[in-house]
Amino acid sequence: MNYRTAKNIATFLKYFILIAVGFVMVYPLIWMAGATLKSNAEIFANISPFTAKPTFDGFIAAMNDYGGKINIWSSMLNTYKYVLPKVAFTVASCTLTAYGFGRFDFIGKKALFAVLMSTLFLPQVVMNVPQFILYNNFRWIDSPAYLPLIVPALFASDTYFVFMLIQFLRTIPRELDEAAKIDGCTSLQILTKIIAPVLKPAIVSCALFQFMWTSNDFMGPLLYVNTPERYPATIFVRLSMDADVGFAWNRILAVSLISILPSLIVFFMAQRQFIDGIAAGSIKG
Amino acid sequence: MASFKLFLKRNSGFAFIVPWLAGFLVFRMYPFISSLFYSFTDFNLFSGITKFGLMNYEEIFSDTRIMRAFKVTFQYAFMTVPLKLVFSLFIAYILNYKIKGVNIFRTAYYVPSILGGSVAIAVLWSALFRNEGLINSFLGIFGVKGPSWLSSPNLALLVISLLRVWQFGSVMVLFLAALKNVPVDLYEAATIDGATKARQFRAITLPLITPVVFYNLVTQLVQAFQEFNGPFIITRGGPRNATTLISLLIYNRAFKSYDMGMASAMAWILFVVVMTMSLIAFVSQSKWVYYGDEK
Repeated sequence: MNYRTAKNIATFLKYFILIAVGFVMVYPLIWMAGATLKSNAEIFANISPFTAKPTFDGFIAAMNDYGGKINIWSSMLNTYKYVLPKVAFTVASCTLTAYGFGRFDFIGKKALFAVLMSTLFLPQVVMNVPQFILYNNFRWIDSPAYLPLIVPALFASDTYFVFMLIQFLRTIPRELDEAAKIDGCTSLQILTKIIAPVLKPAIVSCALFQFMWTSNDFMGPLLYVNTPERYPATIFVRLSMDADVGFAWNRILAVSLISILPSLIVFFMAQRQFIDGIAAGSIKG
Repeated sequence: MASFKLFLKRNSGFAFIVPWLAGFLVFRMYPFISSLFYSFTDFNLFSGITKFGLMNYEEIFSDTRIMRAFKVTFQYAFMTVPLKLVFSLFIAYILNYKIKGVNIFRTAYYVPSILGGSVAIAVLWSALFRNEGLINSFLGIFGVKGPSWLSSPNLALLVISLLRVWQFGSVMVLFLAALKNVPVDLYEAATIDGATKARQFRAITLPLITPVVFYNLVTQLVQAFQEFNGPFIITRGGPRNATTLISLLIYNRAFKSYDMGMASAMAWILFVVVMTMSLIAFVSQSKWVYYGDEK
């Protein structure tokens, strides 16, 4: 075997592996989309995502509600009732905090920064019980405004984003701040007029990640939302799964697909920001 | 007075972190400390604290079901994290060659990561691995009769673990970024010296990307020990408690029985476990993580 054949085989193998893995990654999702158009009898009959006799039964059944209280649309509306404020609050509070840590010196900064970093490794599982007790004391459990899910975001509680923004902030030359200062800007004006615009790509990344994570979050609403009318999509999907497993897979898969459509659309519109975002901020995943 | 003004001026940046600090104290620090206190109490959410002592911890260490849940959690973490890291590094390594359509591959690999945590994907996972599900239909094509994934104790844990491995995209993207930072001339020099690809990987690539290996290792471990959605939605802890991770027991104790003291004690043991893991990783850093010339 000469060098050239060996090289060709290596190239072939590389593409073969990449395509095979890509297939394993994406095929379940394609199959899921296809299965929503099958009849229940046909869903597990073969592995093809296509069907000769497409039916909308799954989607029609997906519109069913539970006790007249909640359906897929109202649950999705509920999801975005807390996702959107949470994204806005996170972006604002994390930018402010990152600016403080990234651009100023103050007493105790080093120690506080260490605290900030250590919260990155604080497991949420440990916090669930005492936070629930705290919110229970605040009378926040099952609040119509989703207070336990939203309010902490006002205080930069997702420190990943603070960390990510500080990383970006370090790449912005301090001369910009200095120049603005000489022109008479206050430090808050420097943030809103100079830093924030330059930091915009990173801020957009944070907003996108927070949007995804909060939309997908299951534990939060599971603990803090108890009234069926207020259930978000994640809880609704799980509810329909419990109700229908065994006989109505096309309905469950249709409900699931509808519930992740907004996230999928956002991802495909902004895939660049997502992929650059994790690489730049070394974010969790 | 003048010096006080100067002091304020010098520390004015502190104002920007006040919201974070306040939130940290109220929503993190206070709950964290109070849960340590609760863990030493008999505390029902509705009847309040009735007893104080070590009884929760004594019960945990004598209850075989709880100890088993810790064991399963370790099994889960030590299965998932290495699988995920090795697989993502392998794929990142291939993608780092001049590959046509690298962006398409990257996107395809990344989609599961972005959706993976959602309930919808857990539903999909149940559809894939049920007895007559997609996986077994696929095996059937080759004449293989697939196992009953979700009712076999060993396989059920693997199915839950694979759900996380399937979401290897973000770990992979980090590895890929690190691989791109390895200076090309190092490889060129090694090739001239006659080093094989495998040797180059071991002697050049691996040492240079150890900081990212370290980062991924710690974050993935912390995450794996907290896994909840997969076993809660797909297997509900079964069959025969084979996928009852400790997070499920904490949930049941706290939010089904409202036994907050016991739940806090279990959570604290989990916390100590996770911290010990991270600490081992941090302390061992000097032995295997290479931070270039800066350190």
